[in-house]
Amino acid sequence: MQSESRNNQKSAYPADTVRGLKIGLAEMLKGGVIMDVTNVEQALIAERAGAVAVMALERIPADIRVEGGVARMSDPELIKAIQDTVSIPVMAKCRIGHFAEAQILQALEVDFIDESEVLTPADDAYHIAKSSFDVPFVCGATNLGEALRRIGEGAAMIRTKGEAGSGNIVEAVRHLRLLNQAMARLHNSDAAEWMTVAKELQAPYELVRYVAEQGHLPVPCFCAGGIATPADAALVRQLGAQAVFVGSGIFKSDDPEARAEAIVVATTHFDDPGQLLRVSRGLQPAMRGLDLQGLEPEQRLASRGW
Amino acid sequence: MVVGLIGVLALQGGYQRHADHLDRCGVKWCLVRNAETLARCAALILPGGESTAITRLLQAEKLLEPLRRFTQSHPVMATCAGLIMMARSNDARVESLNALDLDVARNAYGRQIKSFQCSIQIDLGTDSDSFPAVFIRAPQIMQYGPSVTVLAQHQGSPVLVAQGWHLGMTFHPELSDDLRVHRYWLERIAALHDAVVSQKESLCKT
Repeated sequence: MQSESRNNQKSAYPADTVRGLKIGLAEMLKGGVIMDVTNVEQALIAERAGAVAVMALERIPADIRVEGGVARMSDPELIKAIQDTVSIPVMAKCRIGHFAEAQILQALEVDFIDESEVLTPADDAYHIAKSSFDVPFVCGATNLGEALRRIGEGAAMIRTKGEAGSGNIVEAVRHLRLLNQAMARLHNSDAAEWMTVAKELQAPYELVRYVAEQGHLPVPCFCAGGIATPADAALVRQLGAQAVFVGSGIFKSDDPEARAEAIVVATTHFDDPGQLLRVSRGLQPAMRGLDLQGLEPEQRLASRGW
Repeated sequence: MVVGLIGVLALQGGYQRHADHLDRCGVKWCLVRNAETLARCAALILPGGESTAITRLLQAEKLLEPLRRFTQSHPVMATCAGLIMMARSNDARVESLNALDLDVARNAYGRQIKSFQCSIQIDLGTDSDSFPAVFIRAPQIMQYGPSVTVLAQHQGSPVLVAQGWHLGMTFHPELSDDLRVHRYWLERIAALHDAVVSQKESLCKT
């Protein structure tokens, strides 16, 4: 069955060219903010505030967390309405391993698919074979091994998982630091170590070698999960994230428009404290946020994915 | 080759890849995020990205007017969203710099799934050769004025144009390993620089 669906996804281009086009779009989003939106009005606010893309979904992570139940791909009708409204790229989420949802999103011509731990996983062993799609995928990762496995499957962008819908930046910071430390260690290692590193990371050898030689991932690396303030965005940018996803942080706050603009400016001018001070002033309260120590292990979305 | 400091507008988008290309061309560059840095540059690259986001960030930084003045007196290389900023666009969400006599349509080929790569023939003066052009949610040049020279076309519409010192393109030369488009622009700037110097020298002599 799956080989049949794979044949349907034959591309007009050689694999390397398609990969270049996918990473090319990710490159164009660098330095920007990708905002979660649940309707056309929010999408317009995001675009006006300077978002580089929107993530169209029915419920933002903070609400999924409260309401529970199975979280699935959004209604294509909602995604289509948002596509018809804004000129910036529109992304949408499918469940981990749910390649049929991904096929639907590709048929809808979304610009990027997020195979996301925020939704309820559909496969507890395998992720989607992403190389067989023409639309690029972004996947979450908590460490270097996970990032390289997702890239090996065809992801064109990696984002930290953080802890979605928490308004708490601590997990995203942990994931960025783990990634940075592992890449720095690998970059300083001897070629004789690489195969053992690949074994330990459970990652493809060729990708381990790339990181060892270049010192960075072969695809752009963005940050997601818990960004609620301009200072949060600046923090993760200074820790090496090349762009940021803001989920619940904007539309769960008391002043989405002003906060969205402030986070956009802070993401660009992340290393300019004067600018950060200017945009941080006078905002209404941020989303309340969660103390993650009170979460049970099964409530942690970041532990989803394999 | 004397070209001075090349700025790369780094508000958002593909600026790092352009900077990497400039590195490989062996010229000095800097990332530009404010008017003070812009004032130090001899020429500027406007990279791809999202033109609505770049517009918003230019407004927030009050950089639109300094940039407009810069384009009137300095060479600019503009790719994709950068070209949209330099030309007249069909979209009120984008504030144009009105520096190129062109009308462009945003996302003219469609969404990401319509992004493509193809070989285009570029006449770079010395030889006519093929160049691997990467088009990402690319705009299309719909009309252009008499001061615009078309250097390459794809399916009958211009994809690489020159107007005075400026070079504009709907594709992304920074996403391929090929440096020829960047080199061509830098050589134009160097030639311009030499011409200005020799003009000054001849003025001094007389």
